[in-house]
Amino acid sequence: MSQTRKQLLTDPLVDNNPITLQVLGICSALAVTSSLNVAFVMSLAVIAVCGFSSLFISFLRHYIPNSIRIIVQMVIIASLVILVDQIIKAYAYEISKTLSVFVGLIITNCIVMGRAEAFAMKNKPFESFVDGVGNGLGYSLLLMSVGVIRELFGAGSLFGIMIFEPVSNGGWYVPNGLLLLPPSAFFIIGFIIWGVRTWKKSQVEAREYKIQTLEEH
Amino acid sequence: MEGLISLAVKAIFVENLALSFFLGMCTFIAVSKKISTAIGLGISVMIVQSITVPANNIILSYLLKPGALAWAGFPDIDLTFLGLISYIGVIAALVQILEMILDKYFPPLYNALGIFLPLITVNCAILGGSLFMVERDYNFSEATTYGIASGFGWALAIATMAGVREKLKYSDIPDGLQGLGITFITAGLMAMAFMCFSGVKL
Repeated sequence: MSQTRKQLLTDPLVDNNPITLQVLGICSALAVTSSLNVAFVMSLAVIAVCGFSSLFISFLRHYIPNSIRIIVQMVIIASLVILVDQIIKAYAYEISKTLSVFVGLIITNCIVMGRAEAFAMKNKPFESFVDGVGNGLGYSLLLMSVGVIRELFGAGSLFGIMIFEPVSNGGWYVPNGLLLLPPSAFFIIGFIIWGVRTWKKSQVEAREYKIQTLEEH
Repeated sequence: MEGLISLAVKAIFVENLALSFFLGMCTFIAVSKKISTAIGLGISVMIVQSITVPANNIILSYLLKPGALAWAGFPDIDLTFLGLISYIGVIAALVQILEMILDKYFPPLYNALGIFLPLITVNCAILGGSLFMVERDYNFSEATTYGIASGFGWALAIATMAGVREKLKYSDIPDGLQGLGITFITAGLMAMAFMCFSGVKL
């Protein structure tokens, strides 16, 4: 049993990552990664919401009528997000300003809904909680790696601490400004997906069209 | 009036929901394989967006804002913390109602858009639009303009993306980049192109 629980926790990290394989919850992954502090708070928020929403939905799974389950799930998730939002506003006001609407958008983050729908409605509370946390971690892993690349090479710092002294401060590093702009997040995630799929061949998508060379005819 | 036009241009091009705020990315990536379906989804998003943003604006200014309940005799109540749950409730309900109306009165349109409508409830672009409306303190006419324009911007982005992807499937891409990977990189290039609009001011 503990083996499967461990798998529930670790599978979503690489083998079944919600972002690179299931294409869920990309929206916020791209927008909040330009600085690590923000990405870190966002990750914690998503892990908390994802874990607890799975837990509560799993507790209620026998009482939720099938026809209105989406709205019930929505209400549970929305209440949790409001809670998280209030906590962030209370203890990390500066960061809550930078995150702006993206905490609210956890409600429509497809990872949370997807796990509730696909796992928590059919499984026991503890397993669902572990599964929710695992998927939250898979999301955080990607968020943090994008965040590290963007902040380190875009601003020369990590968590706001200078690593590479930028030229403007008399150092040697010329920051790559593009990395702080929105499009770079697309490129980085694209390349991460390329890397993961070169490593794990089974995730490669089939070609729709095969290119034929003349010799094959 | 001038203010509204510049707001609309800004919402369509400069602050495009899909390409500069990455909202509605899941559907943006998943449903952009064919131009016709992409346009169908784009139109549904635009319709829903132009109804929900003003509707949420009304709810905000008459029910939730500090002092908004003065008309009911409760001038001291501040219900803004209930914002998130009421916006998503409004969106889910409106999408459901829209689906029923279309089914009853415009069956051809319903058949064309039907499958996308439920998807829209969980589209971050819709909720995002309402949240930006709250954050930027738009009044009712600004909110209406913003709703229509941001929905149009999203539709524009997904339609062009589908156009690019329809051609892209014939090209010889490395195995690991196939599908999702190359789509991300294309979206990045499009986002860069849209950034050129950032100098436009009216």
